Amino acid sequence: MKDATEPLVHVTGLRKAFGAALVLDDVSLSVRAGEAVALLGANGAGKTTLLRILATLARPTRGTAVIAGFDCAREPERVRERVGLVAHGTLIYEDLTAEENLRFWRVLSGGQALAADLREALAAVELEPYAGERVRSFSAGMKRRLSLARVVLARPQVLLLDEPFAGLDQRGKKWLEEYLQAFKAGGGAIVMVTHSFGRQLSVADRIAILGGGRIALDRPRPSVTADELARLYALHTEEAP
Amino acid sequence: MWFSTGSRRLTRVLGWLAALGLLAGLVLALGVAPREVSQGDVQRIMYLHVPSILTAYLAFAIVLVASLGYLVSRRQAWDRWAGSAAEIGTLFTGLTLASGSLWGKPTWGTWYLMLRGMIDEAERRAQFAAVLGIVAALNIPLVHFSVLWWRTLHQPPTLLRPVPAALAGIFRFTLGVNWVAFTLLFAYLLAKRIRVGRLSEEGLP
Amino acid sequence: MRFVRRAWILAWKDLTIEWRAKETLNSLFFFALLLIFLFQFALGPDRERLSAALPGLLWLGFILSGLLGLGRTFAGERDNDCWDGLRLAPGEKSAIYVGKLAGNLLLMLAVEAIFLLLFGVFFDLDLVAALPGLALVVGLGTLGLAAVGTLFAAMTAHVRARELLFPVLVLPVEVPVLLGTVKATEAVLLGEPLGSVAHWLKLLAVANVIYLTIGVLTFDVVLDG
Repeated sequence: MKDATEPLVHVTGLRKAFGAALVLDDVSLSVRAGEAVALLGANGAGKTTLLRILATLARPTRGTAVIAGFDCAREPERVRERVGLVAHGTLIYEDLTAEENLRFWRVLSGGQALAADLREALAAVELEPYAGERVRSFSAGMKRRLSLARVVLARPQVLLLDEPFAGLDQRGKKWLEEYLQAFKAGGGAIVMVTHSFGRQLSVADRIAILGGGRIALDRPRPSVTADELARLYALHTEEAP
Repeated sequence: MWFSTGSRRLTRVLGWLAALGLLAGLVLALGVAPREVSQGDVQRIMYLHVPSILTAYLAFAIVLVASLGYLVSRRQAWDRWAGSAAEIGTLFTGLTLASGSLWGKPTWGTWYLMLRGMIDEAERRAQFAAVLGIVAALNIPLVHFSVLWWRTLHQPPTLLRPVPAALAGIFRFTLGVNWVAFTLLFAYLLAKRIRVGRLSEEGLP
Repeated sequence: MRFVRRAWILAWKDLTIEWRAKETLNSLFFFALLLIFLFQFALGPDRERLSAALPGLLWLGFILSGLLGLGRTFAGERDNDCWDGLRLAPGEKSAIYVGKLAGNLLLMLAVEAIFLLLFGVFFDLDLVAALPGLALVVGLGTLGLAAVGTLFAAMTAHVRARELLFPVLVLPVEVPVLLGTVKATEAVLLGEPLGSVAHWLKLLAVANVIYLTIGVLTFDVVLDG
């Protein structure tokens, strides 16, 4: 990190167009260290697109996205060293075992794949008993947990999460909540895309609603009641194209 | 890029010069240059053939440079140059098809343009086309030598041996005029094509 | 060192998956068998016609099976968004190219060894004497094929009609490699010294250097596209 006072995630005037279709118009958002922002919005509001730009998987048409002082478009490798992305794709090779999957991504990212570390990460998501089994036989929830173990192992500074609670059972959800709280306490920043207004929002410090290609609302979570949130959500997402 | 608003006049001048050059070249090739002794009138095809090849090579060189330029700078203008040069170059390689002497190369442009046609997203198209353009352009000498060596074992290359050494002055002059005319025509078409490409990109919302 | 480790883990991953699923290997083995049956029907029992056609047939088999295998290189990366994972892994993307290439090369050489074995058995040929020279020529040619094939497979991985586009893009580039290897293979099978085809071997080496350099330098563009 270049400057400790800078926010870990800093987005200004971001626009993304696919051909003639404008998905993001003018998005600005900041997330400080130790802070989590929940990003809400209707289908097609551009939540995933914003996440992909932050993860360096897509380039903005205009504006900048900066992570830990590094520009996502111009210095993607520096950004990639610092972000962990959990999206819909699990990044799993079904014919490798759980442990082999973790080792592969760890070594490919330039890290050391110590057996003890791999076991520890698997233990964290309660997959250690299945470490040597091929992932093809896993349930969807187990695959989901394995993809979280990959991120746990990478120790990123910024977590980019797209519906991280989807497909997890109650135990899994509880573990993820605790992990995310600990991640924040350790000085990390979280951007979390979600559709539900349920208890998983408790991780978030702020709630932002994406509508009409911009951040339509950005408020501290404690100041918004559940009813009010539902009303605001309906209000702002109706403007969405 | 230097083909911008002010240079439309230059383009027009290029067009007229090319037309004049082609006319002069045609008169020289069919009327003035004498009948070649050993090959007869068939030899006159050379005045069409050699300038076409040289122009095609020029096009490939531009594709190579523009492709490298794109990869380094990521500016769409370079991609427009590469794509346009490939299109016009393909036109000229088409002229050499008849004798089949550039075996393997006439398909070159079509093949490159096919990839361009199959990718809708402008940025990705430019990136892939640049890689393909570099591979293809650097491959040309390899293709040239391999085809030459392959053939020499079966039959000596008769029709296309680069410009015969003992070429009389009038042959050489005719060839030179045609070459200049073809290059001017190429430059004119390229300028037009780049302009069309730019307008179609900027004109749309 | 980090580069080597990253390239190695990728080749290891591809080969482990291939060894467990055997999708490509099984299909290519039957493909080789089928081709050789076809060649036998086409050529009949005439030994002279066979020895004249052998280098060409051999490389026809190598390149057809090679293209089939290479075209599938990135098929496994499309599942579960692993392609995105490759892009997100920090570090030189060329390590991924080198790893993919190494895995492809080993797989292709294995299939080619099977081809040679089948040729030897079905056409009653003694290839043992020619083997060292053959190994050099086949190695050079296969590298040339795999270097371009790996790069273009990544390029066409997300294009419509990639199954068609891929071979159509690769084959014209491979003209010098094919001409060179067929000529060199012919010389080796006739028992001529390698020196007689030195110009072809040099051409193959130069082609390989050019293809590998382009692959290493442009792979990040191709992967990030």
